[in-house]
Amino acid sequence: MTSAVINETHPRGPRPSRLTAGRAGVYAFVVVSCLFFLMPLYIMVVTSFKTQDEIRMSQIFALPRNFTVAPWIEAWSSACTGVSCDGLKVGFVNSVTITVPAVILSILAGAILGYSLSLWRTKGSNLLFGLLLAGAFLPYQIFIYPLVRVYAYVSLYGTLFNIITVHVIFGLPVMTLLFRNYFASVPIELFKAARVDGAGFWRIFISIMLPLSTPMVIVAVILQVTGIWNDFLLGTVFAGQTHWPMTVQLNNIVNTTQGTRAYNVDMAATILTAAVPLIIYFVSGRWFVRGIAAGAVKG
Amino acid sequence: MARKQKRSWGALLTIIPFWVLILGAYVGTMIWTVFISLTSSRMLPSTTFVGLTQYRRLFATDRWNIAVHNIVIYGALLMTLCLVIGFLMAVMLDSRIRAEDTVRTIVLYPYAMSFIVTGLIWQWIMNPTVGIEKAVHDFGRTGFSFDWLVTSDKAIYALVLAGVWQASGLITALMLAGLRGIDQEIWKAARVDGIPTWRVYVSIVLPMMRPTVVTAVVLMSLSVIKAYDLVVALTGGGPGLSTDVPAKFIMDFFFERTNIGLATAACTVLLAFVLVFFTPWFYFEYFREKKGNRS
Repeated sequence: MTSAVINETHPRGPRPSRLTAGRAGVYAFVVVSCLFFLMPLYIMVVTSFKTQDEIRMSQIFALPRNFTVAPWIEAWSSACTGVSCDGLKVGFVNSVTITVPAVILSILAGAILGYSLSLWRTKGSNLLFGLLLAGAFLPYQIFIYPLVRVYAYVSLYGTLFNIITVHVIFGLPVMTLLFRNYFASVPIELFKAARVDGAGFWRIFISIMLPLSTPMVIVAVILQVTGIWNDFLLGTVFAGQTHWPMTVQLNNIVNTTQGTRAYNVDMAATILTAAVPLIIYFVSGRWFVRGIAAGAVKG
Repeated sequence: MARKQKRSWGALLTIIPFWVLILGAYVGTMIWTVFISLTSSRMLPSTTFVGLTQYRRLFATDRWNIAVHNIVIYGALLMTLCLVIGFLMAVMLDSRIRAEDTVRTIVLYPYAMSFIVTGLIWQWIMNPTVGIEKAVHDFGRTGFSFDWLVTSDKAIYALVLAGVWQASGLITALMLAGLRGIDQEIWKAARVDGIPTWRVYVSIVLPMMRPTVVTAVVLMSLSVIKAYDLVVALTGGGPGLSTDVPAKFIMDFFFERTNIGLATAACTVLLAFVLVFFTPWFYFEYFREKKGNRS
């Protein structure tokens, strides 16, 4: 497609783009960038279907000649993490058991707090919100050691409860931010009318605000599932060996192996770990972008 | 929203547990960390107050200075590259190219993945014996070398490359949103005046996008300070200490070297840095009265 044709089909373009060379340059840049972004995914996929011999013989970009799914099976069910050799399925189950309750609880907590901060504004609301945001911006390392001590003191360190509640605590800032802004944009008359009719705090939340916030809940689910699934730091510190999430197991499988490395198994394991957030990303499309914009950027 | 409000017990009773949680989990732990850094704690916490001794020890620790040096290089390169790539990419996407949605999807997908995943993929690609270097050698160019990962003075660039791959999609998305928010009238005006397109971008559009650029820089620098997972997965801090970073220094001193005093002192330095540099931005972004609600 030449640029001349494009210009004719879009005669009202926002700016003049008469230069054919410029247009070609634009496409060249875009294509090269796309290749740069796609190349690792391509390499991952082709490597995971190769045999070890083929990896040694052929080069990294070549398509698999002796197509095999053995690396995938090994990655899932028998790869060694340095502690045991049960594969990534253990980590997968752990990640699911951590992610599901943590996502539900953190969204619920964020919705309730966002609702009270935006519509009820009890004394010190702004201070509370400011303190909370500090949690979103400061490195977790600052909070970690005392938290370890507290959980250890009540004998809950390294348990499922530990890792789930820690995710809720650290998820609270962004979730609150999301819902606070959303509820602040709801017409205040709605809230006032409900108040006049005698509805209380919880009644308004459950009957009016929660049903209204479906779009935000979707955004929040996307953000939290990918965020918690991809977490590594909190998982290593708080989950305890028996509940290590998939990211931690993956890192152990790849980085603690002694002797020859099974790159095909490593790559299959990497794809398996990335699968959940990737599926969410490709399915949710613009919702994902909206989540980033709402959660990470805006106040 | 200035209105008189009847006191609601529901609201009050709900907010109290949140106050307790936030004061405990954020403020309390933060104070605790700072407190430990002022004591003689080593392997076990102690309550003997020693003033700034731990800080003196920290700044005299070579490993810490190397980590700080590394993070500055990493941050500067990562941010520059991401801003340049993000802006160029956004301009291209904004100029009515075909398959815009596909390109956006491709650019942003690395951001959906874990840093651990990113680190491991690039570790494989940049492995000199099996990765790109070998591929190019097999192709006949045996003089080619791509050994960043195993060379001390280049390993930090490997980290930057993986970081840029992961983060530039986000910056592209931000920049694109910023571009689309600009008044389209300037293009008509520029056309009337016969100003070349690139000139409009550099002299008019870029200055107008200052808020977007500031947001992008703040977001990136916060994630740079937190950089840990990527380092663990890609290089493990090595070769030697060539890719060690403060966040990893802290984790190692907490949990492996168990030198709590030094680790908390390092935490406090990070805390002070973030507070000094980001509080002003933070205040303007969140508490200044705004023109309207965005979500």
